[in-house]
Amino acid sequence: MTCLHLLLTLVFAVSLGTPVEIQRPRGVPLTKKQFYEEGKPFTCLDGSRTIPFDRVNDDYCDCKDGSDEPGTAACPNGSFHCTNAGYRPMFIPSSRINDGICDCCDTTDEYNSGAKCENTCKELGRKEREVLQKMAEITKEGFLLKQQLIEEAKKGREEKQGKVTDMQENKKQLEEKVEALRTVKEAAEQPEKEAKERHLKAWEEQKAAIRLEKDKAKMAEAFLELDDNSDGFVSVSELQSHAELDPDADGTLTETEVQGLMGGAAQVDTSTFESVWTNIKDKYHSEVSRKEADMSRLMTFEVVLGNFGSTLSWLCVVQAPPTVKTPEKSHEDEEAMPPYDPDTQALIEGWLCCQSYSSIRLNIEKELSFDFGPDAEFTYMYSQCYELSTSEYIYRLCPFNRALWGREKNRPENNKYLVMKYEHGTGCWQGPNRSTTVKLTCGKETVVTSTSEPSRCEYLMEFTTPAVCQEPANTEPSPHGHEEL
Amino acid sequence: SFGLWGITLLMGLLSVFFVCLFFSSAFAVDRGNFKTCDQSAFCKRQRAFKPGQSPYRALLETLELSDSRLTLQLINDNNKVHLLLELYRLQGNMTRVKINELKPLKPRFEVPDVLIAEPPTDLSVLSKDDNGVVLSLGAESQRLIVSARPFRLDIMEGPEVLLSLNSRGLLAFEHLRLRKDTNKEEDGLWEETFKSHTDTKPNGPTSISLDFSLPGVEHVYGIPEHADDLKLKTTDGGDPYRLYNLDVFQYELYNPMALYGSIPLMLAHNTQRTMGIFWLNAAETWVDISSNTAGKTVFGKMLDFVQGSSEKPQTDVRWISESGIIDVFIMLGPKPSDVFSQYASLTGTQSFPPLASLGYHQCRWNYNDQEDVKSVDQGFDQHDIPYDFIWLDIEHADGKRYFTWDPHKFSQPKEMLQGLMDKKRKMVAIVDPHIKVDSGYKIHNEITSKDFYVKNKDGGNYEGWCWPGNSGYPDFTNPEMRAWWASMFAYDQYEGSMENLFTWNDMNEPSVFNGPEVTMHKDALHGKWEHRDIHNMYGLYVQMATAEGQIQRSGGAERPFVLTRAFFAGSQRFGAVWTGDNAAEWDHLKISIPMCLSLGLVGVSFCGADVGGFFKNPSTELLVRWYQTGAYQPFFRAHAHLDTTRREPWLFGPENTALIREAVRQRYALLPYWYQLFFQAYRTGMPVMRPLWVDYPKDTATFTIDDEFLIGSDLLVHPVTEEGSRGVTAYLPGAGEVWYDVHTFQKHNGAQNLYIPVTLSSIPVFQRGGSIIPRKDRVRRSSACMENDPYTLYVALSPKKFAEGKLYIDDGHSFNYDTKKEFIHRSLTFANNALTSSNLCPDCNFLTSSWIEKVLILGASKPSKVVLKMNGKETPVDFEFDSSMSVLTLRKPGMNAGDDWTLLLQ
Repeated sequence: MTCLHLLLTLVFAVSLGTPVEIQRPRGVPLTKKQFYEEGKPFTCLDGSRTIPFDRVNDDYCDCKDGSDEPGTAACPNGSFHCTNAGYRPMFIPSSRINDGICDCCDTTDEYNSGAKCENTCKELGRKEREVLQKMAEITKEGFLLKQQLIEEAKKGREEKQGKVTDMQENKKQLEEKVEALRTVKEAAEQPEKEAKERHLKAWEEQKAAIRLEKDKAKMAEAFLELDDNSDGFVSVSELQSHAELDPDADGTLTETEVQGLMGGAAQVDTSTFESVWTNIKDKYHSEVSRKEADMSRLMTFEVVLGNFGSTLSWLCVVQAPPTVKTPEKSHEDEEAMPPYDPDTQALIEGWLCCQSYSSIRLNIEKELSFDFGPDAEFTYMYSQCYELSTSEYIYRLCPFNRALWGREKNRPENNKYLVMKYEHGTGCWQGPNRSTTVKLTCGKETVVTSTSEPSRCEYLMEFTTPAVCQEPANTEPSPHGHEEL
Repeated sequence: SFGLWGITLLMGLLSVFFVCLFFSSAFAVDRGNFKTCDQSAFCKRQRAFKPGQSPYRALLETLELSDSRLTLQLINDNNKVHLLLELYRLQGNMTRVKINELKPLKPRFEVPDVLIAEPPTDLSVLSKDDNGVVLSLGAESQRLIVSARPFRLDIMEGPEVLLSLNSRGLLAFEHLRLRKDTNKEEDGLWEETFKSHTDTKPNGPTSISLDFSLPGVEHVYGIPEHADDLKLKTTDGGDPYRLYNLDVFQYELYNPMALYGSIPLMLAHNTQRTMGIFWLNAAETWVDISSNTAGKTVFGKMLDFVQGSSEKPQTDVRWISESGIIDVFIMLGPKPSDVFSQYASLTGTQSFPPLASLGYHQCRWNYNDQEDVKSVDQGFDQHDIPYDFIWLDIEHADGKRYFTWDPHKFSQPKEMLQGLMDKKRKMVAIVDPHIKVDSGYKIHNEITSKDFYVKNKDGGNYEGWCWPGNSGYPDFTNPEMRAWWASMFAYDQYEGSMENLFTWNDMNEPSVFNGPEVTMHKDALHGKWEHRDIHNMYGLYVQMATAEGQIQRSGGAERPFVLTRAFFAGSQRFGAVWTGDNAAEWDHLKISIPMCLSLGLVGVSFCGADVGGFFKNPSTELLVRWYQTGAYQPFFRAHAHLDTTRREPWLFGPENTALIREAVRQRYALLPYWYQLFFQAYRTGMPVMRPLWVDYPKDTATFTIDDEFLIGSDLLVHPVTEEGSRGVTAYLPGAGEVWYDVHTFQKHNGAQNLYIPVTLSSIPVFQRGGSIIPRKDRVRRSSACMENDPYTLYVALSPKKFAEGKLYIDDGHSFNYDTKKEFIHRSLTFANNALTSSNLCPDCNFLTSSWIEKVLILGASKPSKVVLKMNGKETPVDFEFDSSMSVLTLRKPGMNAGDDWTLLLQ
């Protein structure tokens, strides 16, 4: 049908700059050239049958494995090889030959479609070399930084270990100190406790009074709302419109059920409403609050996107930016408790001070137990947080815990320190707990470069750090394979 | 597309109200949100009437007859109100019956914009006496008998009654009245409350009802949309089927509850005849069905027969609507295809879609941003899976302001669209009809200034909650509003749009989160009409205006593609429909078949269900099975809820990627066949996806089958819809016919139940012996990439060594097929050992570079020689013969697909 060029002349340069011509059927890689011998019968590469050579690339699929049509789209399972001189060679599915879309940078896939493709191989090759060069520079500098980090970590570790040893040496001394403080504390505890309790009790009473007052106000408000016809009575039908009050939650609020709520009365006035209110207040939804629910209102909130272990809860956090208006406190909120009186406060502080001694040691020991990489190169991230502000949120990444590193599925034996998994974050509404994967790449700076939510409540962060920079190879990177040479 | 889940999710800390309303952790519709017949005052009132007490009498002395129209007054002897009956005989064996008040207090609503034509034809009176009138219905000794006391109508053919109206005396017409004239303040006459919503009824009771009897009929179909079996069930003891477009959150299966769309057309079928009843009314409607044989076992029926005591089987139907008039079209068939063309002559045919829209669609709520779109697009290429459209749900817009783009996530829409266009792919972005009330929003401001919003009962702009928060609802019943809406799709109005951007109209029931039954208040006003009158048409108008906008933006040159969730009779003219927010459950996969079959029967061929299921996460097996099923349904789109995990086809391991790839590739290879069927649907009204009984109307074994279906007449599909299935039993119809397994070419006899062992890769599909199906077996990454590819003809021989088929080719996207006759339409016939291509449209002209690369003849014997005869020349053609399966393959005959030619087997 279509007149096809069976052979394609390829001209390209080897590194010495000598032009060489190699002839072979369209779409055949050099490695397979020997199977396609001009003029000789062709045997399908799966050996299934032998056909005359003029049926190779004749735009009809004869071989089950597609090997007779390397240069046409005739075989559904065929593949086409483009040389892409100046860039890298590649195989594309036969179905992309002459489909009007330029796939090979050397334009060889679109020889009969009318598509106007430009040879972009040189440009791509140049760009790739640039990128690789840049990467190499970054890697080089990053690797130097990494060495420093390793050195610092080593020093820091020795220091801390020394501290622990010191502490152990001073154990007795410390224990005595703690003992002394405990005596002080115990002596102080009684009055402190009493003071605290007194204070709390007074506060509870005050709170109860406030709550009662608020409840009354709410009840009055509800009465006015419920009394649709403003006759000063709330009737059965008026109450019945509030489906949320349904006692048996079967989806319908029957008249009988309403009468039950109203204690058998057909209607109630403000005074008798009080008993009805007790029955309904937990479920009742004010019309006002319904109307006020402006769906576009954003609130400041902090959501944990994932944790390493169960102990820390602040590791990977997303927060709405502070510019967003903080909503008014819900009316359920009580006023903040007034501060303790100065004496009680002093006692509490004394006790906290006493406790800090043991916690310092615990913290150091914990830190020392973490996996900070083979050369402790990740140590510097400990107790650091890294932020990325996007238009909507501020993301904060606070790396580390003793829980270990992830591994990318497709790179089993590779460096496990390239992925961090954070799990068991704040639960999604009717969904899973949030989780975050952090991918680490080599960079001079330690920054979160991007965040995304590829799937609901599963986040992905890109994070650069010198700590993952590999020692640069001695030889210059080569952008293209040497298959053709 | 979402139901109401999303709200709480989206809003995070939204008011307790929503949490309360939708906080049912069990996966099921909250039935309490939707009315039963008992909770709908007019339905309850009407259903309380008992048969056999009709107060209506025909006043024969008022009879007037013009050429095509007969009028006659009816009187209700109880209240002396006069009604006017109008009878028309319409071309193509149809009768129209209209009943309105003779002198209503004010006009009653009559449905506009649905009928494309109502061509009346002659009526003549055969005889008349005191008891009634006999009219001739033209051919075939068909008569219409008007009986006076009580009033009833019978349509007869020879001695047989085909159909009767008011034979049970359930005609009830609530005339308009003044409130002061109402005798008693009956409940629900002038006001009605459901949950917290009060419907003020300034017009009082306005409902209408009429019964139809169908002697000899045991099978009725249609009246979608319901998540139920293909064959309609009797409704005795339960609720009637309800037609009221509603956004039903997490709908339940196998019940008569209303869903997103309504088409008031019912088909009645028996071995002798197929008939249709089209009840043209857009108000809330309920349909009761009863049958004198329902519940009888086959044995019981046989006993009746043997004992000779059998009463004739009969189905009785009663339609009840809340307002408007009685306007019924009776279609007498007699063949199924006659009913389809009769209905099409009234409401139009399926719009002829762009070829690409028959490919695969990839959707998700939501593709997050341009990067996401790009990487999904690349994923398809990396995994070598074809697709044509990628879709953007509500999150793409700036704060749910449709016609805009999120400035951060989709800051360069044209760049994104150009990227897709470079790959010959397209995009759909959602445009819903609720408009954010926001003075900074152009669309809202223009609608406000032009006063195009629907009004509330007090005359202010109607407002309700939907995705953007407080929203207005444009009055799409207003033609000026529709023209303005259409103009908003112009490239200079819809910023960031390009010619490969198409539209999806969701939530157009309309969905109003805080409205009664999650929709608009019935006392809202569309000009002088109440929402009550037009409710079921709102969605149709939205899609109509949107499709018009897409046509206009190209100066009338390009075919539109618009998907809608709500629909009404006539919606087929404007695009595609999907079955709304289904779930990732096996039963939802199963129900997709009867749901789309029912839609096909009433004109809407372009139907599909969300592949994978919208809510919840499908198991891998379910997802694969759904792709395999969806690949053989007309509208093929995967979609997923915001809360589900990602499910692009390559996320389930290489084996499953391969299974999904194979299913999608089968779809693409068959695109020429799908396209030809849609052309046929557009021309004739024949459904594309059909129940078996449409092609085998005399085979009673086919009447209830809805787990398998036909695509056109030539492909029979029995998808695997059971978890862990090891085999399916497919019924192959047609005594004396044969069917060929399309994968193995094995031949099977018709009129048998065939057990087919299946594995996860099986999609049981059979080609009818006697058919020719053109395929494009070189599947590429999108349909447009395959435009110039050659065809392979699959010729499946009948036992008499005969086969025929059609080939349709055009540019795939423009109206030139219509305006310039630029298409190729060919008939392919195999007879007497010769395969011939002949031109079905000699005055058409279209040039294609596609050619015939291969011909497979199934059920052939080995020839000694094959010759191609073309332009007076004969050239030999290479061939191979597989004797184990009797398949003859002709190698590269090479003729252009538009040419005349003959292949001779000698």
